[in-house]
Amino acid sequence: MIRIIWNRFRKNPLSVAGLVIILTLASLALLAPFIAPYEPTRIDVYRVLSSPTSAHPFGTDELGRDVLSRMIWGSRVSLKVGFIAVGIAITIGTVLGAFAGYYGGKTDAVLMRFVDIMLAFPTFFLILAVIAIVEPSISTIMIVIGITGWMDVARLVRAEFLTLKERDFIAAARAIGAGDFRLIFRHIIPNALSPVFVAATFGIAGAILTESGLSFLGLGVQPPEPSWGNILTSGKDNITVAWWLSLFPGIAILITVLSYNLVGEGLRDALDPRLWRD
Amino acid sequence: MEEILRAEAIRKYFPVKGGGRTPGAWLKAVDGVSFGVKQDTVFALVGESGCGKSTVARMILKLLPLTGGKIFFRGKDISTIHGEELKRFRRSVQIIFQDPFASLNPRMRIVDTLSEPFLIHKIVPSREIRDRVVQLLGKVGLTADAMGGYPHEFSGGQRQRICIARALALSPELIVADEPLSALDVSIQAQIVNLLQDIRRETGISLVFISHDLKVVHYLSDEVAVMYLGRIVERAKTEELFREPKHPYTELLLSSAPKLRYRIPEQVVQARMIETGDVPSPLSVPPGCPFHPRCPKRFGICDKQVPELKESGGRHISCHLY
Repeated sequence: MIRIIWNRFRKNPLSVAGLVIILTLASLALLAPFIAPYEPTRIDVYRVLSSPTSAHPFGTDELGRDVLSRMIWGSRVSLKVGFIAVGIAITIGTVLGAFAGYYGGKTDAVLMRFVDIMLAFPTFFLILAVIAIVEPSISTIMIVIGITGWMDVARLVRAEFLTLKERDFIAAARAIGAGDFRLIFRHIIPNALSPVFVAATFGIAGAILTESGLSFLGLGVQPPEPSWGNILTSGKDNITVAWWLSLFPGIAILITVLSYNLVGEGLRDALDPRLWRD
Repeated sequence: MEEILRAEAIRKYFPVKGGGRTPGAWLKAVDGVSFGVKQDTVFALVGESGCGKSTVARMILKLLPLTGGKIFFRGKDISTIHGEELKRFRRSVQIIFQDPFASLNPRMRIVDTLSEPFLIHKIVPSREIRDRVVQLLGKVGLTADAMGGYPHEFSGGQRQRICIARALALSPELIVADEPLSALDVSIQAQIVNLLQDIRRETGISLVFISHDLKVVHYLSDEVAVMYLGRIVERAKTEELFREPKHPYTELLLSSAPKLRYRIPEQVVQARMIETGDVPSPLSVPPGCPFHPRCPKRFGICDKQVPELKESGGRHISCHLY
């Protein structure tokens, strides 16, 4: 099963490139303490806003901290936020979508109207409002991005449930005596997850963008802890004298988000059930 | 002989959403069907596509609630059973579907699919489940090698064998087979029919066999009910029905089956020449006898009054001629 998906995924060179970039970034993030040439928070007053040199290939910021090291450490934030926020969104979305689709009727109507209400909020401003109340930190933004991002998943899972629950293998399992819990978690959800994986990949890209945006506005990861977003903030403050402060983290965000989107697209084609049968 | 299953005037209406102008209509999939299945016999339900056969199957299994009427399993109204009693019912009555690929979970290995009945009902200690699965596979003519495979790795006949194994897992008293052959090649059909026949001989399981294949029905069943547009038009012992069909629809059905040792009455041949009609939609069942627009023997009363299912010479017929 996995081999078939991989063989189909492999046919899309852009998606494979995206996957390679993501894996590289992930290993950079995991190995940050060993790879980063400097301490990300080490201040060097003699080398403030130094342009890229061989000692500091991406230059230094207004406090003389090495931008490359800060970016390597910052990639940990992106990775963590992306995966955990999307993990939260998928969990909530799958459970609510499953209940709505499986039970139908009133349960479905109530849950789906709740989805409509959530979708009517402009998410980014909702997040801003929440951050204004609770203290901004990496864990708050992960949670907030997660609980404002589950609606698409809920809709996808509900739609899958609506078709899957009418299938014969569900009727057969019910005839065997399977209860609701077993039918939902053992039979329907494993068959409903393909579109969720695709949505998750796109979701990670979105979450990374949101985190960068929040950190850029000073509402996300708080300095001195590095994140691509808050490096950009100092880039904005010094844009006339230090282009490298904006360029490198900007490119990093662009490439990462692009990679996740490319992988998502490749997965979508690879998992397309219309191409599935043998 | 004791009756294991009895259906009394069962009905199933599905709501049809009107497209704005037409308010909700009802699709009368099954409209007042009654029959009984005796212990250790095969009861066949035949009819064209869309006549409500599969709906009856799902109602027997308590997979669909009834709109009206009652189904009794061993004298107990199945609409009233819950909890532990429902679990016992699930062990006693099993189903085999038409499309074996669609009725196996594509993400589950065969061993998991076949272990499930034992896990749910906890009738076998967990370390013995594997042996039971091997046994089951053996019963349907497959080897233990099949256990690790996924449904898409098997052929249609093998998949149907796996479905039969699943139905046998709980040693049921009654199996409902809903067109178990129509998705299979002819050569495979014969194998599956023989398998079903063997299983019946060994276990004495009663069978409700739903099909439109008259040859197989003739070979396998003890009693037949012919359905048309949600109603039973004729019900009789298999031998009698095939020897002498009485209802005009039964005649038409038998005459349209190829390679059957049945002499087609001249009347029916003529009727088939002029007969162009398809099965009417169950959404707009014709008034009077539902079969009258296609019936070569219709007369005055047929389009006005619905004929009742009456006993006549050892069989039940719903036709104004009898």
